[in-house]
Amino acid sequence: MIRIEPRAQTPRAFALGIPVLSAIVALALAAIPLIFAGANPIVAYGEMFKGVFGSLFAFSEMLTRATPLMFTGLAAALAFRAKLWNIGAEGQLYLGAMAAVAIGSGVLDVSGVVLLPLIIVCGAAAGAVGMAAPTYLKVRFGADEVVTTLLLNFIILIFLQMMLEGPLQDPMSLGWPQSAPVLDHGMLPPLMERMRVHSGLILALVLAGVAQFMLARSVWGFKLRAVGENAAAARHAGINVKRSLFGVAVISGGLAGLAGVSEVAGLKGYLTADLSPGFGYTGIVVAMLAGLSPMGVVVAALFIASVFVGADSMSRAMGVSSFLADLVVSMSLLCVLIGGFLAKYRIIRSNKAGATS
Amino acid sequence: MMDLLTILLSESFWAASLRIATPLIFGVLGALICERAGVLNLGIEGIFVVGAMCGWMAVWLGAGLWGGILVAACAGAFFGLLHAILTVPLGLSQHVSGLGITLFATSVSYFTYRTALPSVSSPPRIEPFQPLDLPILSDLPFLGPVLFQQTALTWLALAFVALVCYVMNRTALGVALQAVGDNPNSVDAQGLSVYGLRIGAIVAGSALMALGGAFLTMSAFDAFFFGMVNGRGWVCIALVIFASWRPGKALFGALLFGAFDALQVRLQTEMGALVPGQVFLMAPYILSIIALVIAARSADYPRALLTPWFKGQR
Repeated sequence: MIRIEPRAQTPRAFALGIPVLSAIVALALAAIPLIFAGANPIVAYGEMFKGVFGSLFAFSEMLTRATPLMFTGLAAALAFRAKLWNIGAEGQLYLGAMAAVAIGSGVLDVSGVVLLPLIIVCGAAAGAVGMAAPTYLKVRFGADEVVTTLLLNFIILIFLQMMLEGPLQDPMSLGWPQSAPVLDHGMLPPLMERMRVHSGLILALVLAGVAQFMLARSVWGFKLRAVGENAAAARHAGINVKRSLFGVAVISGGLAGLAGVSEVAGLKGYLTADLSPGFGYTGIVVAMLAGLSPMGVVVAALFIASVFVGADSMSRAMGVSSFLADLVVSMSLLCVLIGGFLAKYRIIRSNKAGATS
Repeated sequence: MMDLLTILLSESFWAASLRIATPLIFGVLGALICERAGVLNLGIEGIFVVGAMCGWMAVWLGAGLWGGILVAACAGAFFGLLHAILTVPLGLSQHVSGLGITLFATSVSYFTYRTALPSVSSPPRIEPFQPLDLPILSDLPFLGPVLFQQTALTWLALAFVALVCYVMNRTALGVALQAVGDNPNSVDAQGLSVYGLRIGAIVAGSALMALGGAFLTMSAFDAFFFGMVNGRGWVCIALVIFASWRPGKALFGALLFGAFDALQVRLQTEMGALVPGQVFLMAPYILSIIALVIAARSADYPRALLTPWFKGQR
């Protein structure tokens, strides 16, 4: 007879061990699809490793890919801490990106010192509105935010296409659905010469640090965790739950909006409808791998970005579909979920059937 | 206004409504069964993709159309079982597990498709389900094109609505299924297996969802494309709430959505010069959110939805 019993205390090692183990297991499981695709897994892993650590450029590409994932990962981690299910980071990212090109591509005649902060603030605000709206529907009407944020992703993507064929379209783009470029002095400065990695990464790291501190040490963080752990108890203790939810919604949406700003004003320079290959959804995996800890998000984003960049490079070298990266990412989410179970419960074998009360 | 009336009276509009509603009927029934048993299944979007890919590929490999349907259902059931194991005996977060299943099922489908067909410019086509050609019935004015010239899958979907209605309301299994979603302790007290009922419901519901996906590649279109499911699964999750977890109302919701989608396509061609086409494309998703907002207040949730249950622990 097998019994499942909650642990009185989760061993400390689990908090770090589970995500690391999950990542390793997910990578190891990727051997199955690799063999299925007719590739030698050992060679493929070697190519993936080379694709990330083989050169300074490869490594900088990985950092470039990790930057938006840190923003969307933080967006998911903070919201999930309060049990606010923001699955809409993908849409909020595009709202932020639209705001960035709307004000950054020459409409405003201001100097660089003003323009860049303005782009960042407006992008974050646009993302924040994108999450505040479904939070309002949840608080006021009881509409489940999982469904509304998911559906909003599709609405925003269609809205984006409308904008790119309308008001935001670059008159010089010869009819392509593409925005005008962000002015040079509105761009996030690059970090290394001839590399694509940009100062959006610094912004993400700073915000992760701030979030970590606020979550652990501030009254705001305490309230947020209380609401997430038991909303009824938090309300009883005099915490304004609705206000806490709106607060975290604005911050979560704002962070997702910054992912869009960072991609447009840091990397691409202009906006197209394929700016994000699912950064919003991948951010959820990043947050879960991080155990919803902001500093953990940084590490998890580096790992996931390595998987993507490594798989791309392996795909070019060996002709295996780069969808392998998505497989590894989704499997690591499922692994970390199962790992979370092992951290919370013990499985006990006993000869007698467990006594039920 | 005359134009709108002409559209609403045309048989092609009603035929299109039912056609568009068909995958949603499968999906919304599947999601409803899972939720009635107390488990939210956000794997639906990925299970749609798996159903679409597996059904199509089975036919492409020569399994025959009904063979493809069977393969799609089994693939859906497999991913449903995975979700069931994670959420029922292990009691893990239904939100995260469901999203994980969606990501996993989608990437498995895409990877398999790409590996089987590396770099094809135009996807290979299959011979899809053909419209029914029944004697007399298909030739009826109006009713013929709307009802009797649909493909067999549309009728299968309607048959499943009747079946789910019957099982839910008239059988002991249906009573047990609803009880396990409302009060699992009472089910356990009667000596029934909470785990068994929940796992069974999720597996069956997921198989139905996969049929919704299979309809896309085997009836609505004749090939598989990346991104072809396009949020249909999420729409189904909204429709379940709109339908207050009742199969009959779910059919109504899916038909309403289908009619609205069919209408927006026609209005787009009529009024394309006045309003950007994207406004119409957005409309179905906005409608889903509005439906959700209207229904949320009065929603009669299965009381144990989202709450894991462990044996011997009350």
